[in-house]
Amino acid sequence: MIRTPLRPLARILDARAKGENPDVIERENINARHEVMRDKARGRAEKRLLLLGIGFFMAFTVIGVRMGILADSVPVEPRTSAGGTEITAQRADILDRRGRILATNMLTYSLYAQPHDMVDPVHAATELAAIFPELDAKALERRFTDGRSFLWVRKVLSPEQMQKVHEIGDPGLYFGPREMRLYPNGNLASHVLGGAAFGAEGVASAEVIGTAGIEKDLDARLRDPAQSGTPLTLSIDLTLQANIEEVLATGMRMMNAKGAAAILMDVHSGEVLSLASLPSFDPNDRPAVATKGDPSDSPLFDRAVQGVYELGSTFKIFAVAQAMDLGLVNPETLVDANAPMHWGKFTIKEWSNHNYGPLLSVTDVIAKSSNVGAARIGLMIGGERQRAFLKAMGLLDPPQAELIEAPGAKALVPDRWSEIVTITASYGHGIASSPLNLAAAYATIANGGIKVTPTLLHATHREPGVRVITAETAKACVAMLRRVVTEGTATLANVPGYAVAGKTGTAEKPRKGGGYDSNKVINTFAAMFPANDPKYVLVVILDEPVETSGPVPRRTAGWTSVPVAAEIIRRIAPLMGLRPQVESTSLDGLTAVKEPLVAE
Amino acid sequence: MRPVLYVLSFMAMLATAFWAYRENYATQHQLKQMAVVQDEIAALHEEIGLQRAEWAYLNRPERLRDLATLNFDRLGLLPMEPEQLGASAQVAYPAAPVLVITGTIETQGSLDPNAPQEQTP
Repeated sequence: MIRTPLRPLARILDARAKGENPDVIERENINARHEVMRDKARGRAEKRLLLLGIGFFMAFTVIGVRMGILADSVPVEPRTSAGGTEITAQRADILDRRGRILATNMLTYSLYAQPHDMVDPVHAATELAAIFPELDAKALERRFTDGRSFLWVRKVLSPEQMQKVHEIGDPGLYFGPREMRLYPNGNLASHVLGGAAFGAEGVASAEVIGTAGIEKDLDARLRDPAQSGTPLTLSIDLTLQANIEEVLATGMRMMNAKGAAAILMDVHSGEVLSLASLPSFDPNDRPAVATKGDPSDSPLFDRAVQGVYELGSTFKIFAVAQAMDLGLVNPETLVDANAPMHWGKFTIKEWSNHNYGPLLSVTDVIAKSSNVGAARIGLMIGGERQRAFLKAMGLLDPPQAELIEAPGAKALVPDRWSEIVTITASYGHGIASSPLNLAAAYATIANGGIKVTPTLLHATHREPGVRVITAETAKACVAMLRRVVTEGTATLANVPGYAVAGKTGTAEKPRKGGGYDSNKVINTFAAMFPANDPKYVLVVILDEPVETSGPVPRRTAGWTSVPVAAEIIRRIAPLMGLRPQVESTSLDGLTAVKEPLVAE
Repeated sequence: MRPVLYVLSFMAMLATAFWAYRENYATQHQLKQMAVVQDEIAALHEEIGLQRAEWAYLNRPERLRDLATLNFDRLGLLPMEPEQLGASAQVAYPAAPVLVITGTIETQGSLDPNAPQEQTP
């Protein structure tokens, strides 16, 4: 901007020449300049006033319209439409696959006190302590009288207790409605369901949040108001779950085990029909999490999912399956099984120092459970390929299930896959995985080699998995596993009518300080049935079992897990509607004569 | 003519006003009724939920197992056995019902005149 000078020289000189005061000229110019500035400022202020006016006008219009609407409308109490269960249920029910209730909600009341309104706090405290044995009259009285204005007395009340509190008649005791999570089946499927607790609590209501298991994993789905009317249907079958838990508990007691787990899975869909872990707990009254000691000693510990164990000889079938798939061996191939096998500074021995060698067919490696044979097959495959295969089978990852505990059960795998790892992994030592992973891997074999992903949700349609091994290999593996039951280490699993195929596994537990404890074992039996067209996979695990009916205590899976699994299959197969197949008996002289007549 | 029209329209106005007055109160009454029914439905839903929970609680496998054991003398219930499942071909057809003779039965016969006579020795 060009500033006009206040004292232009031309005019000053002119004024001086005329004898006028030049200061008049300066004042004139200053006035003119101020005039311009004032005009500009006024214009700006007018614009601002206009904007402000528009803003106020709009705000008052909104308020006015809203007031008009409010004045015009009839006052009604807001109420939800009576459409369905959404009125009461803030959390969706959980059902089993046949629609039986596993978890539901119940309306109850909580008890709170406002000591300022209380007439006789001492009397109320003694009366309350008489109704609720866990309350201490003295402590309650102190809390009533220490000047606080509000306190919770109890989170939930039964109707009888509520009536008794009414009868105390103190105006300072109030009831707040509460929706409580109820598990009508008690301990059944407790590790699947987990439990629920109150989250943020208010006087009028409290939110119910899942604390473990599927309740926590699918908390968002269960609390979603849009879906609270549609129950969540699990793949669990309550009848099977009850039977398996009963048999498993009996088996655990008979085998003097400290824990047990069983998984029953549909091999085609991956749906888990039953997931049991003992000891169990009551999700209605979930025990506190143990803060010290071994977490696996707590009943909250889910051995079937959270337990990460070396699963022993059950892994041998994976080495054999891979070797057959790669074309390295066939079921009749003879492999070196001369025990003990020396590899560097390590010695690989068979169970109780047997020697099944010098040569053993691949089928017999599985049937007799030869560590050395499996190790030789593992060496044929090589570490890299073995690791990739176990990874493809899902054995090196945390188990996949809709449980909050599942991602935490990471498989224990050595960082460096050295040759000795290849050897030990072939017979299931040195790497540890969750039993649910084992069940899924066996289901993959039973499913004709197509990968099965375990799930706890019931669905009508599922995307098929990827192929891991060929159908022929899978079939040959099932045939080998059948041999284990007919003439191998699991003969006690021969359930008449149901051709069971499976593999035993006995693994010593690692000691705290290092090394293995020969008196503490994990016994596994992974089975599939019926063998000619496998439909279900059952994995039974006993933690530290010992069978004492004989002169020497027996700790092999063939004597502990296998009979328990057999009893489970005998009980549940009819319940699932599986008709027993008549076993073809071996031909004797009489039938041999009859045979031509039948053939005609 | 015109006064008659005025009187008639005035009476029509009175009639419609009376009708509107009644309709207004009838509607309000219906709305209140609806609220009562909705409350009732909500309460019934709550009760159904509770009944379902109780049904599930009373039918929990543990209790049923205990009841089956307690009443074994009367019911004789045992775990299901594989042998109890069979093929449909194994099921026998029901035996044909035997006719029950309650009254007299009249029989009648006719002789063919052309048939050769039976000779009696």
